[in-house]
Amino acid sequence: MTPDLLEEGARRIQAHAGKVEQGKTESGGRAAGFSRPAAAPGVVDTTHGRILYLEDVSVSFDGFKAINKLSLDIAPGELRCIIGPNGAGKTTMMDIITGKTRPDEGTVFFGSTIDLLRYKEAEIAQMGIGRKFQKPTVFEQLTVFENLELALKTHKGVAASMFFRLDSAQGDRLAEILHTIHLADSVTRMAGNLSHGQKQWLEIGMLLMQDPKLLLLDEPVAGMTDEETARTAELFLTLKGQHSLMVVEHDMSFIRTISEIVTVLCDGSVLAQGTLDQVQADERVIEVYLGR
Amino acid sequence: MSTTLTLPSKPVMLTRAGWSAFVVALLVVCALAPVLNLVVPEGSLFHMSDYAVALVGKIMCYAICALAMDLIWGYTGILSLGHGLFFALGGYAMGMYLMRQIGRDGNYKSDLPDFMVFLDWKELPWHWVFSDSFIATLFLIVAVPGIVAFVFGYFAFRSRIKGVYFSIITQAMTFAAMLLFFRNETGFGGNNGFTDFKRIIGIAIATPNTRMVLFVLTGLMLLGFFLFARWLVASKYGRVLQAIRDAESRVMFSGYNPIGYKLSIWVISAIMCGVAGALYVPQVGIINPSEMSPANSIEIAIWTAVGGRASLIGPIVGAFIVNGAKSWLTVTAPEYWLYFLGALFILVTLFLPNGVVGLVRKLRKGGEK
Repeated sequence: MTPDLLEEGARRIQAHAGKVEQGKTESGGRAAGFSRPAAAPGVVDTTHGRILYLEDVSVSFDGFKAINKLSLDIAPGELRCIIGPNGAGKTTMMDIITGKTRPDEGTVFFGSTIDLLRYKEAEIAQMGIGRKFQKPTVFEQLTVFENLELALKTHKGVAASMFFRLDSAQGDRLAEILHTIHLADSVTRMAGNLSHGQKQWLEIGMLLMQDPKLLLLDEPVAGMTDEETARTAELFLTLKGQHSLMVVEHDMSFIRTISEIVTVLCDGSVLAQGTLDQVQADERVIEVYLGR
Repeated sequence: MSTTLTLPSKPVMLTRAGWSAFVVALLVVCALAPVLNLVVPEGSLFHMSDYAVALVGKIMCYAICALAMDLIWGYTGILSLGHGLFFALGGYAMGMYLMRQIGRDGNYKSDLPDFMVFLDWKELPWHWVFSDSFIATLFLIVAVPGIVAFVFGYFAFRSRIKGVYFSIITQAMTFAAMLLFFRNETGFGGNNGFTDFKRIIGIAIATPNTRMVLFVLTGLMLLGFFLFARWLVASKYGRVLQAIRDAESRVMFSGYNPIGYKLSIWVISAIMCGVAGALYVPQVGIINPSEMSPANSIEIAIWTAVGGRASLIGPIVGAFIVNGAKSWLTVTAPEYWLYFLGALFILVTLFLPNGVVGLVRKLRKGGEK
């Protein structure tokens, strides 16, 4: 081998090393992939394009199969609508995701790495899954302010709560949410004295205070006036993108306003999936909704 | 977005008027009562009799129990019908110490407590080793009710036992403990319990001065616990407790683990009762298993309900009203006392859901309009 070639090779290696340092290799190269941190334990890894992943989940209560080999996945930032007749398993599915009910079989993953079946309700909520119940559930004996303050994303241990003080950034966040949910002039009202629609808003506000990555909303516009419903639709559309949302609703005009992909559940599994027009044209969907 | 909104200020421990009242109560307990009892001569109109000192001292112990009950029932929504057990455990820890303080002055002139001599025991059982030391006894007064409550609470709350089921189990717990303490071989003096105390930290126990010191200590403890409870409920911790009472599932889905909260307030509440029991025994001069009878625990709940739940001051007032009425009625018309208690409970449940304090607040609001 000639000295020329050796020198040439040394020069090339050096040039490449310089590029790697600046992170400018064309494909990322081996160096880029080699030390790239995989998602740390406990952190949601959405690099594979899925924030929620259910596969072959089944659960039965006293022999009745509430969920039957259900498979479903949701992308980060997606707004997914779930519809289906009564008893289709919509609420049970949310119970499974949030740790309230244990499935008999199947896997439920949050991102690619977190197996949700290994955690309890409070831990799942801390990881970033927020849930709104079908019946608005707020702390009736506390004020609107106190309700939101309790939901605030912070340390939630016993000692941390005893010595908790709201700092100014948290106060600003609280004020912002109060405006978002149109309850700014009811700060000191008891939550129990709010109207049904306002309670729904407060509960949504409490979810937002948690700053969840995934929101599960069970009939969020039930009992709301048309105006409140329109505002809710607006809110959800602004949340889309930064958060992933799963909305269970019966109000078809609301769904038409917000939906991209609609999933139809029936007898505990997915019956059809597509745009609202597609699923409404589907023979099987018409059959379960209109009866046979 | 306009954020001109002013957020409400943090809830305070006590208002200005509250602090004034607190200082007045402090002065009454630490200065006025001792002067009226020890300095003012017996014939005087302003003299506080030894009977009154004993009665108020006893009721203040009960008031601590009612305060403890309010934290767990009024604020957290967990009705315990077994708080008498924690009271009695604190009392027994103190009683064992007082028994050891008798020394050789008992009827049998023995080193061992009389009941052990009677049972022909030759040496002190293992669980009495701490009772020679006052410091160790103070530790036991806190630790025994605390540990019993922790173990019981851990399993009950982890299994998500709630509502009436929890109440029934606590009732069974105190009843079971009563049966255990009734037995002679457990080394707690059987159905006679402990009595005939002579001294506490070497000082004669039945003198007016010692009694007054115990009275003042009890008063200070009650006021101290009251402040502590106010601090707890004014913090975010207190609001989480109320949230657990109103919608536990929302608390869980907001990222709180309710077990830690329930268990901590349960243990705090039990320790408060234990301290009350320890102050009660030297003043009353006796402790026996009947303190663990289910009826005693139910009475604590009645004081709390009569005074007004979730108000802290209410249960203290309730303890004074009910026990004041009890000591008056059991003397003047003993056969009617239980009817009175039953009627009181029914009336309060039907017409005063927020107790006496709730009624006063309602009247005050009505007056303002």
